[in-house]
Amino acid sequence: MGYDLTPQGLHDLAEGAAVLGTGGGGDPYIGRLLVEKEMAAGRTVHIIGADELPDGALVLPSSMMGAPTVFVEKLPSGDGNAAAFRALEEHLGRTAHAVMPTECGGLNSMIPLMLAAQLGLPVVDADGMGRAFPELQMQTFGVLGVSGSPMAIASDHGDTAIITAGDNKRMEQLARALTIQMGGASYISDYPMDTADVRRTSVHGTLTLCRRIGETLREARVTHADPFDALTKMLAGTIYSLGTVLFQGKVVDVERRTVDGFARGRARLEATGDPGDVLEITFQNEHLVARRNGTMVAIVPDLICTLNTESGAPIPTESLAYGQRLTVYGISTPPIMRTPEALACFGPAGFGLPDAYVPLEDL
Amino acid sequence: MRIGIDVGGTHTDAVLLDPAMNVVATIKTATTADVTRGVVTALTDLLDSHNLDRGQVTAVMIGTTHFTNALVTRRRLARTGVVRLALPATAALPPTSDWPAELIAAIRPSVHLCHGGHEVDGRPISPLDPDELKRAAADLAAHDITTVAISSVFSPVTAEAELTAADLLRAELPHLRVSLSHQIGRIRLLERESATIVNACLLDLADEIVDAFTGALTAVGVRAPLFLSQNDGTLMDAEYTRRYPVRTFASGPTNSMRGAAFLADVTDAAVVDIGGTTADVGVLTGGYPRQASTDVDIAGVRTNFRMPDVVSVGLGGGSRVTLDPGLRIGPDSVGYRLTEEALVFGGGTLTATDLAVAAGLADLGDPALVSRVDRDLVRRGVAWMADRVAGLVDQMRLSAEPLPVVIVGGGSILMPPELPGVPEVRIPEHYGVANAIGAAIGQIGGEVDRLFVTGPQLTREDVLDQARAEAIELAVSAGAAPASVQVVHVDEIHVNYLPGNAVRVIVRAVGDLDLGRTPKEAPQWATT
Repeated sequence: MGYDLTPQGLHDLAEGAAVLGTGGGGDPYIGRLLVEKEMAAGRTVHIIGADELPDGALVLPSSMMGAPTVFVEKLPSGDGNAAAFRALEEHLGRTAHAVMPTECGGLNSMIPLMLAAQLGLPVVDADGMGRAFPELQMQTFGVLGVSGSPMAIASDHGDTAIITAGDNKRMEQLARALTIQMGGASYISDYPMDTADVRRTSVHGTLTLCRRIGETLREARVTHADPFDALTKMLAGTIYSLGTVLFQGKVVDVERRTVDGFARGRARLEATGDPGDVLEITFQNEHLVARRNGTMVAIVPDLICTLNTESGAPIPTESLAYGQRLTVYGISTPPIMRTPEALACFGPAGFGLPDAYVPLEDL
Repeated sequence: MRIGIDVGGTHTDAVLLDPAMNVVATIKTATTADVTRGVVTALTDLLDSHNLDRGQVTAVMIGTTHFTNALVTRRRLARTGVVRLALPATAALPPTSDWPAELIAAIRPSVHLCHGGHEVDGRPISPLDPDELKRAAADLAAHDITTVAISSVFSPVTAEAELTAADLLRAELPHLRVSLSHQIGRIRLLERESATIVNACLLDLADEIVDAFTGALTAVGVRAPLFLSQNDGTLMDAEYTRRYPVRTFASGPTNSMRGAAFLADVTDAAVVDIGGTTADVGVLTGGYPRQASTDVDIAGVRTNFRMPDVVSVGLGGGSRVTLDPGLRIGPDSVGYRLTEEALVFGGGTLTATDLAVAAGLADLGDPALVSRVDRDLVRRGVAWMADRVAGLVDQMRLSAEPLPVVIVGGGSILMPPELPGVPEVRIPEHYGVANAIGAAIGQIGGEVDRLFVTGPQLTREDVLDQARAEAIELAVSAGAAPASVQVVHVDEIHVNYLPGNAVRVIVRAVGDLDLGRTPKEAPQWATT
């Protein structure tokens, strides 16, 4: 069941993670370099299923927090995630059995791989959203009753802090304040869980799914197959079940503004060959809702991915630019993300959208 | 009178423009291994063709591929030191982390990770450590390294650490040549730092090439100032080129596009540059090439240079025509052997040029030699090429509104007078030397690209006004005539996840070169 990640598998996983980043989550490029460095030093990334964890084991997630635009400039020190991980172990007085991601979309898909290789621990093939979200409370773990805190946060200097908060939203606010003091980027371990919690509250198999998405796109490129057909076929047999082309066209307008520390905005696309046919995507770091000629065609937490029409390569929100030819691709989110409690946390209401959630399959 | 020269891999083209910017003369010569001699030949032929007094030349602008080629072939690159100011941050990914092994072997960088750098909000990450920098200087000296690239985290926000470190290193090694990352690139440390290292390792070659060019001018008796084309369509002077050779990268496509805009008298159009092997398609917006938004890979190094957004396909005058399994033209090309291998020149290879001659689009070689090529094949072949180019133009279009198309380059003869879905096709006079024209009409620019934090003290409008004013000032101090300067580009990119409205603002201003002012002052020909 468990397997060692190959260099090719890492490339594929990084590209799949950018697809599931739905425009946000940060470019996994830096993260991939970090993992490659560990592999080049002879360390391995061993991925195991949640069902392979021994009963009662402690699992600690690991990720980076802050602005992806800071990560690409102030590159990681390399030991910050280990510092946070060890600080949380020490606080709990327990030794962790494995590392896991909280967010398999974007850069944070890579961080647990790096840490697992550094520590010689396995990394669990599961996360808390099967995509990317901007805030720490937006996790299936919390929705299903796991407390995000105590959490540990570390800076490049090796400074650490433990946060214990009464609810996960307040934990997010406190950690955000510390992250700003740490220069806009920090290293965290939150949502400490035991085996039973991991199995009960996580989205399973998402690292492998990322890898398979990347692999599917790569193979489509090599064989000159349609990348979107290939993706749809591949997703049909997974927990995501439905992947579908929502729109193909050209970016004709991008509007960005900053509200409450988030990049909010809209992108408008016109259909190839029919300027009257318009798709509009609203985003807050990640893509939230897509409307075609005013009619909703996909909404969070279903995934709205912007992919290069020729290659299928994912295009992040901050790279959206006039004239790009994009395919907007919708992916249905797994059932664990669609319960009323989950939707209250990270559905349309969680982002202040007036729309009611309608599953991608019903649109 | 001004002279534009394009020094390409095979040809050196030169054009002469009068003060009213009319094309007075053009010339095409072969590029020589001896840089000076090729330019001397081109200049002499051009001036003598019109018996022109050398004193009438007011400026010479050169576009060159020398520096790009040096990196691609990994030759003539100086051994370079790299000092990064960042510890304890960034230690996981030292400089050249993502470089190909062959290029690292060619430059053999001596890498020093040091304390310093700043946070996004301008606070220091850690103070500079003079002793640490002295040790780095001693190590450079021990290895006879005379050039160094210095990078510092968030130096595009505050350059202080790079400047102080440069002073400290120069105090130890007075002859050290220094490239500072904040003067080379934008936010994204690895990419900016890589470009700075590439620049540093080209500094010796830059001296040699600039000396060769100025030597050629002297040999011909031209005393006018020399300028080189940058990749954004603006010019830099000879002294600036000695310090920033990397800015010449990809100036070729930019020059051909701007030359096309000038020759066809358009500001918004798709430009198709067809050579012997490839066709490049780019888009002009307001007279300038649209810039690529993705990272540009040069010789395997990821950089974030300002580069024109160009798509290339293997279709040119020398492209081979194949019929099995179906009709296809290119990407194989007979290249410079066109005049031996093409049917119209008595050769045995059916090329794109043969189809154009057979279709009556061009008069080249001996048309009788293609008179027996199947007429249906000729018709289908010409349509195939037109469709291919029209498809690329469509791919590059900004909006649903069709764009006029300007075709330049020696391979322009392949194109019929009309392209499917294109409202207007122009093949301007002097289409073969658009590149040299582009060099001749280069402008002077100033660019601001920085992170600002807006708030009650500093509103978004304040920030934009400040950035606009700085860009205009930079353009003027770089030599642009003040009245001609205009802001051509404004872009804001918000920094995600951070409260306090951190925003990256990019403003670019350009203007016409103020030739009257050049000799008197010695301004910094700079874009930041």
